[in-house]
Amino acid sequence: MSKKLADATIPTIPLTARFQRWFGRNLIRVYMVLAFTYLFIPVAYTFAFSFNDSGKSNLIWKGFTLDNWKNPCGAPEVCNALANSIKIGLLATIFSTILGTMIAFAIGRHKFKGRSTSNLLIFLPMATPEIVLGASLLSLFLVFKINPGFWPTVIAHVMFCISFVVVTVKARIASLDPRLEQAAMDLYANEFQTFRRVTLPLVAPGIAGAALLAFSLSFDDFIITNFNSGTVITFPKFVYTAAARGIPAQANVIGSGMFFLALAIVIAGQLINRRKAR
Amino acid sequence: MRKIRTPYLLLLPGFAFLFTFFILPIINLAQTSTQTKIIGGDTGQYEQTLRFANYFDAFVENKEQFGRSFIYALIATLLALAISYPLAYAIAFKSGKYKNVLLVLVVAPFFTSFLLRTIAWKQILGEEGFVVPTLRTFGIISESTTLTSTSFAVVMGMTYNFLPFMTLPLFASIDRIDPRTLEASGDLYANGYTTFRKVTLPLSMPGVVAGTLLTFIPAAGDYVNAAILGSPNTKMIGNVIESRYFKIVDYPTAAALSFTLMAAILILVTVYIRKAGTEELV
Repeated sequence: MSKKLADATIPTIPLTARFQRWFGRNLIRVYMVLAFTYLFIPVAYTFAFSFNDSGKSNLIWKGFTLDNWKNPCGAPEVCNALANSIKIGLLATIFSTILGTMIAFAIGRHKFKGRSTSNLLIFLPMATPEIVLGASLLSLFLVFKINPGFWPTVIAHVMFCISFVVVTVKARIASLDPRLEQAAMDLYANEFQTFRRVTLPLVAPGIAGAALLAFSLSFDDFIITNFNSGTVITFPKFVYTAAARGIPAQANVIGSGMFFLALAIVIAGQLINRRKAR
Repeated sequence: MRKIRTPYLLLLPGFAFLFTFFILPIINLAQTSTQTKIIGGDTGQYEQTLRFANYFDAFVENKEQFGRSFIYALIATLLALAISYPLAYAIAFKSGKYKNVLLVLVVAPFFTSFLLRTIAWKQILGEEGFVVPTLRTFGIISESTTLTSTSFAVVMGMTYNFLPFMTLPLFASIDRIDPRTLEASGDLYANGYTTFRKVTLPLSMPGVVAGTLLTFIPAAGDYVNAAILGSPNTKMIGNVIESRYFKIVDYPTAAALSFTLMAAILILVTVYIRKAGTEELV
């Protein structure tokens, strides 16, 4: 009797149905795992092959080694290219962040004639394909007999980074509570003090984010750089030209290193934000 | 706000820069596009003859690559949308306290140089990679089929490389949706599908528009994916412009092609923004 009752209360579900139910409930999780696997496959590949004992051409797995990580400048061209990329990236970040932040304050904080035209001028470079930006700038340099090289590349990078800085900083300005500034004014702060003590600290995370974005855009840019850099080799340019005969494993070391460095910066930023929020 | 001059002073340096290095080059590009070769001149020497037929010639000669650029970019954009929408939705609504972590994970792969990642795809999909032998063992593709040097590889590479440009704006607009509107829809007897079609999707439209534009525009002008993952049969307009500039030194044709590409994209974008009814981007 009691055994029968137990059988009745716990019906045995066929395995396929149970799987279907689990799948239905966890569909979104399964999807996320698949999507992230897709996103990370090439990163994992790049990381794995940074340990390849491959010599010059890093195409086929030849055995595990730590040499590439111990000596990332073992292929000297790689380090040279990296140094150029960092120099160009830093200069482009500084100039584009300053110019872009000023524009963002003008558009975000003031009502003036020509505001919508200004917005359009910011949008246009983002709506223009990189190859057109790169090619047109090169034509201009050629007209003025300026040889492509280091500074033309910096100028090109500042040009395409400005819009992204403006959009990022503007979004932060738009999310500010105007009452905070009014409060500062009520407490007898003058305009400059209000800006320095209240507005700027509140917008600062947006500016920092914009600067990071500008640096990563500049550092990873290939198309515009290829048009305007002449004989100067940046890291992406090096990878592109080396691709045909195989890239030295040191390039994978640097690619993976950048990945972990950027991840660390983002995580640190999040932690700082959280602490401030408390 | 009291001083009328302040905004203009703030704008001046940035706009002077953009005028010199963005507007002037575009004007100069337009000028170059109607030049012709100096008879008896060296390679790369051109004179202004206002030959608008350059546009016609350039287009006719490369209409195949033009078509390919737009079709590849369109397919890549739709694929990226299909992959990103559920992902952005899941991160916004289903990830609880891991929201920020997952968001960082979406962007993280893109800190590795995009060329390294594209080359990684080339190796993974190539003959020595693990995908092709696996698919052959299971008989999904035949012995003679390859994955690299095909339009499949190019479109796949583009989809992958422009994915965060789709996911981030989608996330931003889905995350802004008040979950109570979805509950309200359920309370009014809408099923999951109806709620999605009538509430979630319309509210996330700004993200869809921004994401598709940010993916389509760079994809249509791209030539790196086609150069690394494709073959001569998958050349896009970007490849043609690049080789006209560097290999053939035919500046007028390159300029005419660049200008046509830019104009085509601007027209498409304007029509699309009008139809979709969002002006948020501009």
